Amino acid sequence: MIKQWFKSGSPWIWLNASAVSMSLILVVGILGLIAVRGLGHYWPSNVAHLQYRDKDGQMQDITGEFVDSNEVSAQRAKDAGYAATDIGDDLEVEQKLVKIGNRELNAMDFRWLLAKNIQKEEYPEALVVVERREYGNFYGFLVALKASGQIVANGPNVWEAAQKSIADTAQVFKEIKQLEKKEIGAINYALERLRLKQRSLELKNQWTDEAKKEIAAEKSTLQTEYQSYQSRLKQLYAKGNEQSLVFKTGDGHEVAIPVGKVVNAFQPNAMSVFTKIGHYFAKLGEFLSDDPREANTEGGIFPAIYGTVLMVILMAIMVTPFGVVAAVYLREYAKQGFTTRLIRIAVNNLAGVPSIVYGVFGLGFFVYILGGNIDQLFYPESAPSPVFGTPGLMWASITLALLTLPVVIVATEEGLSRIPKSIREGSLALGATKFETLWLTVLPMASPAMMTGLILAVARAAGEVAPLMLVGVVKLAPALPLDGNFPFLHLDRKFMHLGFHIYDVGFQSPNVEAARPLVYATSLLLVIVIVGLNLAAVTIRNHLREKYRALEG
Amino acid sequence: MTEIITPKSLKSELEIASASYYQRWRLIKDSLARYAIVVGGWAIIVAIVLIFFYLLYVVIPLFIPASAQSIANYSVPGGDKGKTMLLAMEEQNEIGVRFTDRGGALFFNVKTGQTILDQTLAIPADTKIVSFSAQSGGEGAIAYGLADGRMLVAKQHYEITYPDNVRTITPSITYPLEEPVVVIDPQGVALDKVAVGIAKDETTLVAATAHKLFVVGLIRTKSLFGEGKLERTVAELELPVENIAHVLIDQELNNLYLASERGELTQYDIRDKSAPVLKQQLTLIPEGQKITSLALLNGGLSLLVGDSSGVVSQWSKVRNEQNLSSIIKLRSFKVSDQQINFLVHEQRRKGFLTVDQQGGVGIYNTTAERELLKLPHVVHQPVAFTVAPRANAFLIQSADGQLHFWKVDNEHPEVSFKSMWSKVWYESYPKPDFIWQSSSSSSDFEPKYSLTPLVFGTLKAAFYAMLFAIPMSLMGAMYAAYFMAPGMRNYVKPTIELMGALPTVILGFLAGLWLAPFLEENLLGIFLTLLVLPLSVMATALAWQYLPKSVRVNVPDGMEALILIPVIITIVWLTFALSPGLERLFFNGDLKAWLNNEYGISYDQRNSLVVGIAMGFAVIPTIFTIAEDAIFSVPKHLTVGSLALGATPWQTMTRVVLLTASPGIFSAVMIGLGRAIGETMIVLMATGNTPVMDMSVFEGMRTLAANVAVEMPESEVNSTHYRVLFLAALVLFMFTFIFNTLAEVIRQRLREKYSSL
Repeated sequence: MIKQWFKSGSPWIWLNASAVSMSLILVVGILGLIAVRGLGHYWPSNVAHLQYRDKDGQMQDITGEFVDSNEVSAQRAKDAGYAATDIGDDLEVEQKLVKIGNRELNAMDFRWLLAKNIQKEEYPEALVVVERREYGNFYGFLVALKASGQIVANGPNVWEAAQKSIADTAQVFKEIKQLEKKEIGAINYALERLRLKQRSLELKNQWTDEAKKEIAAEKSTLQTEYQSYQSRLKQLYAKGNEQSLVFKTGDGHEVAIPVGKVVNAFQPNAMSVFTKIGHYFAKLGEFLSDDPREANTEGGIFPAIYGTVLMVILMAIMVTPFGVVAAVYLREYAKQGFTTRLIRIAVNNLAGVPSIVYGVFGLGFFVYILGGNIDQLFYPESAPSPVFGTPGLMWASITLALLTLPVVIVATEEGLSRIPKSIREGSLALGATKFETLWLTVLPMASPAMMTGLILAVARAAGEVAPLMLVGVVKLAPALPLDGNFPFLHLDRKFMHLGFHIYDVGFQSPNVEAARPLVYATSLLLVIVIVGLNLAAVTIRNHLREKYRALEG
Repeated sequence: MTEIITPKSLKSELEIASASYYQRWRLIKDSLARYAIVVGGWAIIVAIVLIFFYLLYVVIPLFIPASAQSIANYSVPGGDKGKTMLLAMEEQNEIGVRFTDRGGALFFNVKTGQTILDQTLAIPADTKIVSFSAQSGGEGAIAYGLADGRMLVAKQHYEITYPDNVRTITPSITYPLEEPVVVIDPQGVALDKVAVGIAKDETTLVAATAHKLFVVGLIRTKSLFGEGKLERTVAELELPVENIAHVLIDQELNNLYLASERGELTQYDIRDKSAPVLKQQLTLIPEGQKITSLALLNGGLSLLVGDSSGVVSQWSKVRNEQNLSSIIKLRSFKVSDQQINFLVHEQRRKGFLTVDQQGGVGIYNTTAERELLKLPHVVHQPVAFTVAPRANAFLIQSADGQLHFWKVDNEHPEVSFKSMWSKVWYESYPKPDFIWQSSSSSSDFEPKYSLTPLVFGTLKAAFYAMLFAIPMSLMGAMYAAYFMAPGMRNYVKPTIELMGALPTVILGFLAGLWLAPFLEENLLGIFLTLLVLPLSVMATALAWQYLPKSVRVNVPDGMEALILIPVIITIVWLTFALSPGLERLFFNGDLKAWLNNEYGISYDQRNSLVVGIAMGFAVIPTIFTIAEDAIFSVPKHLTVGSLALGATPWQTMTRVVLLTASPGIFSAVMIGLGRAIGETMIVLMATGNTPVMDMSVFEGMRTLAANVAVEMPESEVNSTHYRVLFLAALVLFMFTFIFNTLAEVIRQRLREKYSSL
């Protein structure tokens, strides 16, 4: 019976089926893992106040959020430093990971606790979570609001007063940021341009007294402007740092935190589900629109999104015409034969070349050779510091355009091959030239295919990291590549990128544990973008097939 | 109106009718577009050719041998002022110096031979010069040994200034010690051999008289206020052998080497200058030969011995298993048939230059074991020789009083085919080995550019990835193309293709930060799953046979994959839940520790298993898509015919479909392999990136691609390191080029075959 069954081949078919099931489980599992971890981070979970007996038998007060828990064998628990008497005869013990924050008091942000040594666990409503610009989260009870060392509010009103103070101060800091980044940034930029202008005139031997006077005048106007901004800044800083909040931690320390250092303070234990939802979305918004803080491990990822999008747009502008022209050549103009075969093999090879090789090529050829020569020809004044002779946005876009060229070519060619011959012949018979046929009938019909190719190219470019590491991505760019300073689009600047952000924060940040949720959230964003683009491409492709099936019939 | 309309005039009239501006413009546009498009099409070929040739263009200089050309000949400056004891040059190759046997220092322009400064050293009038020595590399110190037991120590000094933005170098002689002349032998016996070594605050002087050896240490003690004072230690030893011919002090002033002409070498440890310790004595050359020159290789870890038979051998201190160090011959070079008169090491690299008795100059590199250049008979009888500090020029003096200035172009001596692909015995390594270590903090570091561990790592990562990906993707492709319900296939295919679109940086991040710790915790669970899963799938299949028909009929054919999803999830969950218990039962609660104790297998958290799974995951969709296409497009009449002849679907699959589609499947695997070899981010994030050569699945590796990604941003443009990284990129390019072209050609053949069927 069993022999018969084996002979029928049915078990092997099932085994093959299991490979498909496994693949599906893996895909869905990975997407699910990223989604859960990425989305969960911003939920304001309750903060516990614990009484914990440590390994010496001392009682400790600990405040923090539960992050993780697991069961470990007794041996490992002993190795991890728990007291043998606490572990007892159990084969396995449960331990819990608590985020305790308060970096100025504790050596570590996180702490593993032995679950059975937690004597008391409560969630007092007055417990406050403070997100700070520096030193990570703070957990404690609000005691008072001080201004210039004097207590302004305490007792029952303190929470409201503190919230108002935080909101006011945030306004002040917004203004400070505006001044520093926009106004003073613009002045610095103008000063740098003046310096370059002067150097350029010197090089051309046109550094006359007239020019000197002109530049000196411009400089002094800028200087006066700068002075006025500087004094305004000073006032704002004084105002922003005037007030401070006094907290009492779970174990009784008093800590004063300047309001200027507070990003946000909330009492998760007192929040209802709806307030939490509101808070969650506010945090999500911040994640998408803020600048990173604390070596990229906190705050938002706006510059990375911005850099990725800008790079991808530039790449698309470059890759589309080239890819389409190449595909049109292969399909419409070239004589099918050895040459086209050779080109097709070349295109397929381009698609298979490891991305890092493109990076190496981009660095050597674009950056050092092309960029170096551009600098010599057009930017002699800024030597020895390079302008285009260093990795930057333009070179990154061109490198990725080269990388994604095969994707566009293959997709466009497929679209062109699906257009029935009768349409071209009809157009030619009516007296149109070949180019007119192409331009007015064939290409419009193939446009969805080109779109598909472009979308796939964009999806590939958005997720590619290895070549970018060589040709222009940095972990923290001081300025966005597109801003209000002439010439607005700075192709020579370095930029931030979502994919590289994941690599950098996940593997090169000093505090990987604390940064991990942010990496998951960033990954989720990237995955959503890329999966979305791919689904769009697939939909367009299917739609297209339907359309031409009708045409052929 | 009887005019006959000739064809010619008809044509011209038609032309007039249609040759309006617009018509012409249409045609121009058409041909313009044609040219533009043809150019665009060819640009693709150009692009790939450009990538290849650019990489090659950067790599080629590595393999170009060195070259040298004669720049100037002139008679020796101040030729009447004594014989040359030493020639030297400064950093920029503008000024040379000649120390004479009468205690003169003549600085001259290297290109013209014009004397710039003629200075006589402060040698006391009442004595005679009996010996001379120059410091090996670095500070440019020289010493004259005098007949009355005293020694003169001086230093060349070059001051660089930029008056009016023109570089001007002013040479001078300085005396680094408080007095130019130091008493070495209080008895006043002539110093037959001397040596000097100057480091930052320390000077060591060594002198051999007829019977004694003196080691003098002068240390400048730092005091809080102003200059410190010199503290002096003297050690007086018996000469270990007769007829000392060569005395050398290494750059760190830690070791002293003495060699007699017959080849007896004595090594002293002189870290404590007041009490040198005799470490070793050995004979360097066979009986009957003579040591004609002795030099230290840059860094002072190796001795270069030139003998009368024209062989240069490299000797280095090597530690054996018992941690005892002994001086061992690493390699030797047959330089010439004559004796070697001069042997000079390069100051920045592990290279040296030789001059034989007949004036033939050779340039060598020890790491690469490479003869870079051989110039026969540069001069007739060489009497003095020096190499520029940057090793890009040399000066040689012939017996007829002529100085010859040569420029050397020798950019990348450290690389040879051997140094990249076979074992190399590096300095202070116990045995020859494959090592990749491209940079270090010290300047006299021996770069180790063995690509073998990187290629090994690349292939290892690809191997484990394919081990996971090939069965999964091919089985999946077989099922999806042939057995799966068409409705389901419409969803499954895009989903698996979506898998291929996931950015590898995300896979790498999950592999490194989630999968690696997870595997470490659940190692047994993974192995159990591998074992249990196929069995339980079979069991499910068997159980399905015995389900009541009413249930089976309701499920259409080709839905096995869907049925298996919950089964697999349950089984995997169960195995992982049970494995800690089993681990406790059989492996003392810790499989990793057990493996280490029982079999000595160490466990690295970011290992090949992690990479195999993560990269396998990235490769599955590539192989799956192509293989599925190949299987699916097998002509229907073949399968239908097979089934009609009574074969089961499985028999049809294995005997007909797979055979027909096998070239397509092969090309799918090739393309997958190409992708696995070139993958960067996953390997970068999921392995420790240590270039070890170990096949163990629990050890990490460093791949070519990851290596390029890590080291490229830090490498100096056009340096050897930079070019070697380009070579790594070129190797990757070639790998994938071969695999892809092969796959593509096979695929095109297959397509033709199908269309003929």
